[in-house]
Amino acid sequence: MNKKERANKQSLISSPYIIWVIGFTVLPLLVIFRYAFTDSNGNFTFKNVFATFDMIHMKAIIYSLGIALGCTVICVLLSYPLVMALRCLNLKKQKFTLFIFILPMWMNFILRVLAWQMILSNNGILNFVLTGIGLEPLRIANTGTALMIGVVYDYLPYMVLPIYNAISEIDEDIIEAAKDLGADGFTVFCKIIFPMSLPGLLSGIVMVFVPTMTSFVISDILGGGKVQLIGNVIEQEFTKAANWNLGSGLSVSLMIFVLISMAFTTKNDNEGKGTAIW
Amino acid sequence: MKDVILQLDSISKSFDEKPILEKLNLEIGRNEFVTLLGPSGCGKSTTLRIIGGFEKPDEGRVIFEGKDITNLSPDKRNVNTVFQKYSLFPNMNVEENIAFGLKLKKKSQQYIKDKINYALKLVNMDGYGHRKPMSLSGGQQQRVAIARAIVNEPQILLLDEPLGALDLKLRHEMQRELIKIKKEVGITFIYVTHDQEEALTMSDRIVVMNKGIVQQIGTSKSIYDEPQNAFVADFIGDSNIIDGIMKEDRLVQIQNVSISCVDEGFGKDELVDVVIRPEDLVIVKEEKGFLKGMVISVIFKGAYYEIKVRVGNYEWKVQSVNPAQPGSIVGLTILPENIQIMHKPHSEDAEVAKEDE
Amino acid sequence: MVEKIKRIISGGYLGLIVLFLYAPILVLMVLSFNNSRSRVVWGGFTFKWYQSLFENEQIMEALVTTLLLALVAAVVATIIGVTAAIGMNAMQQKSYKLMMMFTNIPMLNADVVTGIALMLWMVNFIPLGFGSVLISHITFCIPYVILSVMPKIRQMNMSIYEAARDLGANTVYAFAKVILPQIIGGIISGFFMAFTMSMDDFVITYFTKGAGVNTLSTMIYGEIRKGIKPEMYALSTIIFVIIFLILLVVNCLPEKNKKVEEKKF
Repeated sequence: MNKKERANKQSLISSPYIIWVIGFTVLPLLVIFRYAFTDSNGNFTFKNVFATFDMIHMKAIIYSLGIALGCTVICVLLSYPLVMALRCLNLKKQKFTLFIFILPMWMNFILRVLAWQMILSNNGILNFVLTGIGLEPLRIANTGTALMIGVVYDYLPYMVLPIYNAISEIDEDIIEAAKDLGADGFTVFCKIIFPMSLPGLLSGIVMVFVPTMTSFVISDILGGGKVQLIGNVIEQEFTKAANWNLGSGLSVSLMIFVLISMAFTTKNDNEGKGTAIW
Repeated sequence: MKDVILQLDSISKSFDEKPILEKLNLEIGRNEFVTLLGPSGCGKSTTLRIIGGFEKPDEGRVIFEGKDITNLSPDKRNVNTVFQKYSLFPNMNVEENIAFGLKLKKKSQQYIKDKINYALKLVNMDGYGHRKPMSLSGGQQQRVAIARAIVNEPQILLLDEPLGALDLKLRHEMQRELIKIKKEVGITFIYVTHDQEEALTMSDRIVVMNKGIVQQIGTSKSIYDEPQNAFVADFIGDSNIIDGIMKEDRLVQIQNVSISCVDEGFGKDELVDVVIRPEDLVIVKEEKGFLKGMVISVIFKGAYYEIKVRVGNYEWKVQSVNPAQPGSIVGLTILPENIQIMHKPHSEDAEVAKEDE
Repeated sequence: MVEKIKRIISGGYLGLIVLFLYAPILVLMVLSFNNSRSRVVWGGFTFKWYQSLFENEQIMEALVTTLLLALVAAVVATIIGVTAAIGMNAMQQKSYKLMMMFTNIPMLNADVVTGIALMLWMVNFIPLGFGSVLISHITFCIPYVILSVMPKIRQMNMSIYEAARDLGANTVYAFAKVILPQIIGGIISGFFMAFTMSMDDFVITYFTKGAGVNTLSTMIYGEIRKGIKPEMYALSTIIFVIIFLILLVVNCLPEKNKKVEEKKF
């Protein structure tokens, strides 16, 4: 048996997965496409997809984009100092770091968001503390600010962990070499650590941006029904309005958008490998 | 030695309460090629890291050109390091790696360009400027690492086992090239290695270290020919080390035979270590030797035969250009000046050192 | 001195982030001991929710459903994911990339879209219920297993497997003795990830569950408007503490083993 045959034989053991992918990833997507391009009578139409550009949907999309962008930026800004702090404290034990950031996931997600509602509400814990130390209470319940705190809270670990992994793989020798050549701490960060963390940053961005943009539970609870993300709109088309075709049309638009942003980030990634970041 | 560029003044350092260096004193002259030689864990790398600024000594001072730089961070020292694992920046190409230090010093574009070209030529890497470090072989990466350090015109270049990861042939080639580069740039090299051959071929001076203590400092020749203790003798080259008794000046008794030597000043009947290099022993006819024994093995080593001769319960290592007949009885002779007599070690460290080998 | 200040700032910042991450958890834990049903008034300390929890059949049923779902989904996803990764490793570059793309779809696609697509497809042939939720969970769990096993397989030295075969081991024996030990770390973390993701999922379950079946997440979501039962806080606290202890033990044990090994040397 030659090498190629053996490889072919070995690749056969992934057939259960291939069947699964066709059955439960590809076909469901085709079904959603079918709904998206037909009306309630089953006739072909573009109107569900084009409905994306209706004023009311555009508003939700732009608002979602804004929230997702803001959340991503805040997560990045919080993550880098955090990762550098972990490095500085010599908490190089990868397990420990994973531990702190994954543990919260074991408290039910919806309960955690509800807890934020209690913390941020007008007579909630945050304002209790603020008035206690003589400050003005904040009125952020049911606003975009509360929503932003919620999404940053929920998705921060997805940004921290890939960046942390990328940075902890950097050999200490390389950083010493940079210092040896005259770089101070800040220069080392800009010229060595940051460029080398880019793959982690990119996967962090993908893992934060898309789920934030499409979330509907956090906005439901913390936005108090006043803020509508595109996720809320789609969900309501299926659960309340029962217009599956329109919901599918919006989903397809969303998917295309995700694909474009994915292609954009992977393209950047390739460029990052080919050219210098100096 | 008048022109001292770097002085280590009674440096001590320990990690997790385990002492690595103990009251180390060392003076290094301008333009010298000094090698710190010793087995792993002897403190040689720590010494280098203290000079480079990556570690702070617990006690003692580092004095560079008369100034105390003990607490200066690495980026502010006029020394550069070539690391064992090359440590090139993977996100930059060869040119950018070399330019790193110069850009930080805000040198002009033209200056940087000239320097890169000069350095690439110096290390025989012309035309590799746009390659990424990952696409280079180990030897090539090490050349780039050397170029990257040298362009900054450091007054001292620190090399931490730079050839450790290379294969034997490449290592020999790089040794010759390092000597060439050293001549060309004319700066002080402090070189760390555990490879005694590397140390002997390249250095002006060798510092033999063990257990954080300097065992001997001297030229290659003096260290090889006149090791000051059993550790150095054993670590540098092959040696026969055997117990002896100093009968009087210039007369030592080994295996119940008195042999004349050239050493004086030992106490009468003092127990000593006697060191004899295998190449200094000569095999002669049975009756002409001062020692008599049986040839137990003969191995051809290319340039010579390694012969083991048992005398009593000691196996003498002998190097000879002529073979011998295993099982035959032969005599061994040696010239008095080739016998090295050393005091028995007193300190516990020296004792441990011996066990280590 | 500078080093010390740096460490203090770093520690302070880390502390703030940890506070941010754990504040809501603390709030929920405190509420589980609150004698008052209100979410804002402290009515004194009590254990009563921990007692009534086990008498609440609805919650117990949802708990069993959630755990069973997570366990079965993680086991199935691990088996399919590990075989998939081994097979994909032998594929040619093109097929490998194609398979990786499909693997990434459930990870990158919005949960809403994945949930809806699965629901729209499955209503055609099975009634929505435990089965459809299970299939959905397996679907989004497999990629986590593949992505955590794949790097280990890529690093793995295939020639060792061939050597084992050469020495007379059959395929199964060679797999168990040679391949498995090399990738077991990836398998365990993949399984754990799958289990976690399944436990924590709300969106996909919400769309594929139909009526009648409830996991803890969907049950809580349904209760938001009328008010969360305090027993829920108690249950979440118990789960959290159990997982915390398990993780603590798992994380501490290898450390100890390592120390023992070091001593041997």
